[in-house]
Amino acid sequence: MLWLRTWRLGIKSLSLHPLRTCLTMLGILIGVWAVIVLTAVSQGASDQVQKQIESLGANTIIIRSVKPPEEKLAGTAASQYGLLRSDLELILGSVPTIAAAVPIREIRRQFTYGDRLVDGRLVGCTPLYDEVNQLKIRPNGGRFLSDADAIQKDTVCVISEGVAEKLFPYEEPLGKRVYIPENQDFFKIVGVLEHRNASAAIGGSLDSQDFSADVYVPIETLRRRVGDTIVTRRSGQFQIEIMELNQITLQVESVDQVRTTAAMIEYMLAPKHEETGDIAVVVPLELLEQARNLRLMFLGIGVLIACISLIVGGIGIMNIMLASVTERTREIGIRRALGAKRGDIVRQFLVETLVLSFAGATLGIFLGFLGPGMYRGLIASIRVGFPDKFAALPDAIREAEPSIVYETIPLAVLIAVAVGLISGLYPAIRAARMNPIEALRHE
Amino acid sequence: MSTKEAYSPGDQPFASEPVSPARMATSIRDLKKEYVLKSETVRALRGVSFDVPEGDYVAIMGPSGSGKSTLLNLLGCLDKPTAGSLMLGDDDISVLSDDELAEIRSERIGFVFQSYNLIQQLSVVENIEVPLYYQGKLGSSERERAILLAERVGLKDRLDHRPAQLSGGQQQRVAIARSLINDPYFILADEPTGNLDSVTTDEILEIFDEFNNEGRTIIMVTHEDDLADRAKRIIRLKDGMLALDAKVSEERRDETRQAQRLAVEELLAKTN
Ligand SMILES: Nc1ncnc2c1ncn2[C@@H]1O[C@H](COP(=O)(O)OP(=O)(O)OP(=O)(O)O)[C@@H](O)[C@H]1O
Ligand SMILES: [Mg+2]
Repeated sequence: MLWLRTWRLGIKSLSLHPLRTCLTMLGILIGVWAVIVLTAVSQGASDQVQKQIESLGANTIIIRSVKPPEEKLAGTAASQYGLLRSDLELILGSVPTIAAAVPIREIRRQFTYGDRLVDGRLVGCTPLYDEVNQLKIRPNGGRFLSDADAIQKDTVCVISEGVAEKLFPYEEPLGKRVYIPENQDFFKIVGVLEHRNASAAIGGSLDSQDFSADVYVPIETLRRRVGDTIVTRRSGQFQIEIMELNQITLQVESVDQVRTTAAMIEYMLAPKHEETGDIAVVVPLELLEQARNLRLMFLGIGVLIACISLIVGGIGIMNIMLASVTERTREIGIRRALGAKRGDIVRQFLVETLVLSFAGATLGIFLGFLGPGMYRGLIASIRVGFPDKFAALPDAIREAEPSIVYETIPLAVLIAVAVGLISGLYPAIRAARMNPIEALRHE
Repeated sequence: MSTKEAYSPGDQPFASEPVSPARMATSIRDLKKEYVLKSETVRALRGVSFDVPEGDYVAIMGPSGSGKSTLLNLLGCLDKPTAGSLMLGDDDISVLSDDELAEIRSERIGFVFQSYNLIQQLSVVENIEVPLYYQGKLGSSERERAILLAERVGLKDRLDHRPAQLSGGQQQRVAIARSLINDPYFILADEPTGNLDSVTTDEILEIFDEFNNEGRTIIMVTHEDDLADRAKRIIRLKDGMLALDAKVSEERRDETRQAQRLAVEELLAKTN
């Protein structure tokens, strides 16, 4: 009852100066808002990164061919680099912890059907590819490549959703034949995939891996039909590139074997590749940990901004309360004369700062809930207003879905209340220390 | 609440005849107050003794700087004496702590100030209740009592007004109601009509008379002889010492009251 009265009195006193009260709350409000929004955005961004990396798989190791610098290619017209089929055999033959291995050869090709045409990747792979990359056949979409396809070196293919949409907007693709002009070859479609989100960029290619324009064929078929040699014309010159495999995706039996296995593989491949530097071993698990660090950094910055804002807010409260104590010297004198103890005066002023900081925190939380929407709006307006800047933003920022971290709310309130108490304590004690006789004589 | 010592005129020069040995609202003995400043020590009270029995109506007078406010602050337990004793009931306030003094103020003393000293953000009723609030007593019976007192001072239809919405006289009535809410040993009034015109002054004094007739003890500081003559007793200070402690005769009181009422009526007739 008494406390209730004190609270009501505090609110009453504050409502005597509504504008001043609102301005005083602003510091706390912004601080709490910053805590909630920045943690939400960093959570969203790191969720995004994490999702991309996780889609590579925590127990996988990816070995990719990397184009070495020109001088190491010995200036020949026909240059060979990258992973060899013998590398795969070596790994499979001597690393015991491998659960699955998928060799991959990718070539940029055009695909046509009738007069429709689409640019994409022709991917030679083995039947395990879909599993390792979490690809799914869409409902009634046929099947992925099978062992039989691989053995028979059939000219069959599985197409991604993107290719299916562009080549067969009105038709059922299953059973149709995709034509590849550069090889004058037909591939019969046996399966159509569901959409899959891009996964994180991995070493050796800057782009994040996009699965939307792929055509998958058995790697043996690709080898027979296309071969290892790719001839491209660039600025009037023929360039010949010889590569056996673009990538080997390995699945390790358990996550804790990933690092040692990767080390072992690097060691084994070193004799052939270290000098030219034409391969890269990527361990998504490590990327995952980097992403966690990134997130911690984000959080750290958020907490720092919030702290600064809360300190500024606290100073603001202290400042206003000191002014208020001086202004209300007379009131303090009256209350003391009528029987208020020092503790009563301290309590009265502390309650006011608590009301201030609590109200600021509540408004901050409320506005914090609008934060994710504001963030999306901000990103959208950057996209419209500054397309070039937008393109330069990292994926994780562009596509982040801010999600409020609910644990931060009680934390923010706690901090705000603590700030209110700390910054209110000195003015309150000063008010209570006043001599009632002098206070009564004030003005 | 009673003190053992009966009122005794002692060797004071203008001692009045003994008041009945009733219970004492307060009794002070050889009260001294010194203010120690950097360059000098100001001796504001230099040994003052008197008793105030219950139901008394004392006017404290004296030239400026004679120690009236100092004495009132001591009586109001806002300050502690340098020497001497000040009894309030059975308690010698000179040995009490700050918090204990605050408690005594909320329970035993009613203050009426020259500048009303109401709390701006509180309504009339809430202002009247403040001393109870600091006693930790807040309930419907307290609220009823506050309303009753507001009615007694003629503010029945102003209960929810803020001080800023009231005239000076009305504000002082609120202050009087507030001074009575805790059933005090005495009301301390420091020039309660100093800011008021003669008509309002008379109204306030009427209220004081009324409460005094009911047995309330009033101690009032005033500069004006006219006002002092409406009290039952005049204590005059000079240089921190008691210069006069005299009873005002009933006739004198009545005369003054009549004269003032007449003056007020004339004034009202003139303005209307
Ligand atoms: N806080 C203080 N510090 C120092 N000296 C003080 C203090 N309060 C009062 N005095 C001194 O004590 C003496 C008595 O002062 P007091 O205020 O009691 O006089 P007063 O009778 O109320 O005068 P007035 O009629 O002008 O109000 C004065 O000389 C004054 O200067
Ligand atoms: Mg004075």
